[in-house]
Amino acid sequence: MNGWAALERFLRTDPADVGCEQATEILHVYVDLVAADPDAARRYPGVTAHLAACGPCCEDFRGLLAAVTEDR
Amino acid sequence: MNARGNPAATLDDASAEWIRALTGTGAVREAGLARLHGLLVRVAVRELRRREAGAWVSGPELDDLAHQAADDAMMAILGKLGSFRGESRFTTWAYRFVVLEVSGKLGRHYWRQHPAKHLAAEDWDRLPDRLGARPGADAEHAELVRAVRQAVDETLTEHQRRLFVAVVLNEVPLDALVARLGTNRNAVYKAIFDARRKIRGFLVANGYLADRRLRPS
Repeated sequence: MNGWAALERFLRTDPADVGCEQATEILHVYVDLVAADPDAARRYPGVTAHLAACGPCCEDFRGLLAAVTEDR
Repeated sequence: MNARGNPAATLDDASAEWIRALTGTGAVREAGLARLHGLLVRVAVRELRRREAGAWVSGPELDDLAHQAADDAMMAILGKLGSFRGESRFTTWAYRFVVLEVSGKLGRHYWRQHPAKHLAAEDWDRLPDRLGARPGADAEHAELVRAVRQAVDETLTEHQRRLFVAVVLNEVPLDALVARLGTNRNAVYKAIFDARRKIRGFLVANGYLADRRLRPS
């Protein structure tokens, strides 16, 4: 990828992004839904947008999903 | 009504059983606490191993960190048990606490591994590499760096600049920055989110990047 395309990708922000606080607040609900049906993420577009952009929150999501999945 | 007020009303059977045990008394409660703590330790250990942290935290140190995370999560869970409303399984709600504790502890632990890391060093030549741009194309990269530096100089507050430089140029993990600054993840994320928007706005206004809104569909 050339430098400008990489920069454009990095700077792109999604207005639907709810931020870390709101995403964390309902992460358990989101994870239970996704564990049951991956398409259920569509019900929370703001959380999905945030997890796509925030590395640490995405790590938390993956970790919680892994813990829940191993339990079932 | 929350779970503590009416535990069996809206909860699945397993979650209701957890609430009964943890709000009970005597041996039932003790057994519930021990079982939950065991699960939290197991999740913390797996989470530490799953993350890249497994490469720089291992053995007794990893076990110690996992127990600390489980202990702190346990305290938080018991303190907030009354706010569990059954929107998810009880264990999912509880595991969230320990996963977040792991993140916070790794953020603090980072500085033990990187004590000399500087937040404010501004080596702008690293920017193309940090963005994942292909190597070479020196002239293009030099122009890109000049444009972003100008955008940073002219549009960011001192606070936004400090966080942008730490995370983007110096590769300080966001949770480590949170620990160092004594703030929260949302505050750092929001500052960098706003910085990205401002830099992009400057680059569009000055013809470096196209404005997607103006492109024909």
